[in-house]
Amino acid sequence: MTRLVNLRPNRGAALALGALPFLILLAAYVIGSNARLAANPDDKLLPSGAALIDSVRSYAFEEDSRSGNVLLWVDTAASLARLSVALVISAVLGISAGLWLGAVPYVRAFAAPFVTALAMIPPLAILPILFIVLGLGEVAKITLIVIGVAPCLIRDLALRAGELPSEQLIKAQTLGASSWLLAVRVILPQLWPRLIDALRLSLGSAWLFLIAAEAIASTEGLGYRIFLVRRYLAMDVILPYVAWITLLAFGTDWLLRMARARWFPWAEVQAA
Amino acid sequence: MSTVTVKGLWKHYDNHVVLENLNLTVRDREFVTIVGASGCGKTTFLRMLLGVEQPTRGQLLIDGKPVPPEPGPDRGVVFQRYSLFPHLTVQENLLLGLELSGARLLGRLFGAARRQALEKANHLLAAIGLHSARNKYPSQLSGGMQQRLSLAQSVICEPKILLLDEPFGALDPGLTADMHELILDLWRTHRMTIFMITHDLKESFHLGTRLLVFDKRRHDPQFPEAFGATVTYDIPLNRQHPVQASPPRENPAPVAIPQVAEDAAVGAPV
Repeated sequence: MTRLVNLRPNRGAALALGALPFLILLAAYVIGSNARLAANPDDKLLPSGAALIDSVRSYAFEEDSRSGNVLLWVDTAASLARLSVALVISAVLGISAGLWLGAVPYVRAFAAPFVTALAMIPPLAILPILFIVLGLGEVAKITLIVIGVAPCLIRDLALRAGELPSEQLIKAQTLGASSWLLAVRVILPQLWPRLIDALRLSLGSAWLFLIAAEAIASTEGLGYRIFLVRRYLAMDVILPYVAWITLLAFGTDWLLRMARARWFPWAEVQAA
Repeated sequence: MSTVTVKGLWKHYDNHVVLENLNLTVRDREFVTIVGASGCGKTTFLRMLLGVEQPTRGQLLIDGKPVPPEPGPDRGVVFQRYSLFPHLTVQENLLLGLELSGARLLGRLFGAARRQALEKANHLLAAIGLHSARNKYPSQLSGGMQQRLSLAQSVICEPKILLLDEPFGALDPGLTADMHELILDLWRTHRMTIFMITHDLKESFHLGTRLLVFDKRRHDPQFPEAFGATVTYDIPLNRQHPVQASPPRENPAPVAIPQVAEDAAVGAPV
């Protein structure tokens, strides 16, 4: 008999299997929601499908009666702007600091212990400091994400730069490379795909810090909205927002993956 | 000119003696093959020539000057693995040496300089039979192709000395005949001194003009690290010196090497 580890699903079966957990979750929700609503039609915990669709319509396609904005898009734009600015800053910090930390022993001796210590500070613990020092505006929120994400990126990329085979670095020197050329022509190009991998892995924590910052001090944003409607137990708003955030994060991850495959094909063939 | 002189060379790490009292003079354009048991300091000797490791005592001179304490363009190297740059195509890998030495700021050549470099690279690519694979990445090449490229990559920078650390050690035995022809051709055309470590005695006799055997003269069973290896046999091989073997050329033309398909070479008698 063929061993279990050697049995492989075909394309259709793989798709169906992948969809199964989602369908089970959906079915569980529908059953639970129906049961609770049958017992108490005013139950707010598990709103019915119709109620969910209704609130999606009012948040995503209708103008808010008070502000005249379509709330979901205003919130999405605000959150994505904060997130992308913070991730770009983190990526620039990560690749530049990681490159020199990984490549130059003196820089490593000077900065590596400090970066390690910095990465150990729980970012949420210094959130009050950020709000006190930087005010309640955008700067404090973006700084929180950068503080949460950049040290991990720096450490990861420094490690990756240090992992390059010494044969390669020696060879480049016998081809006449200076320290600078070694960095820009040999190490840096090999760090780009790794930066994308590191960014993908830190997307989760980036969203965490974004929502935490928005929950505390904000006037728009996906995290702000969730924590605002929490006061009214508005699960019919919270659930679609959570699903939307998940979708956005998933899409970002997919985009990064595609970008890696397109811009750094050598990294793909190397892995294969 | 590149005469390598070794005088009373010792290398130890704390109490571990790796090499003891090495004395040697290697003339310009010799092809020195080095054999010896593993762990007897062959690679350490090569790494000292490379400048990655420093002698503990004694002198290691190239043309009368101590070997600089870091790798440089006068000493090329081919390792058994990992000598290629995975993010560059075959052609870019070959071009890299010319770009690194030709453009100190950006490491990239443009315009006429680039065209000239490309022409040189393409000549060499054709000579090593990789012209059709020039847009592939190293990981898409077979082991033999990778080592051919790595050799060419070093040679294009015209080093005075070429250091080879078991360059064919990881290859299919059927491929080595091809590689031998290539290395001999490159050696004759580019007029270098070559030091090559190998574990294949037959190969060392076939390729070298001089064979060095590294071994320990003394052995302490209680403390095997007390004594280091040295050159126990220094055998001149009866082969023509390259100056007589081929007339000097003004412009080293790419050597014509029959482009043997990799598959066809596999299984051929060594």
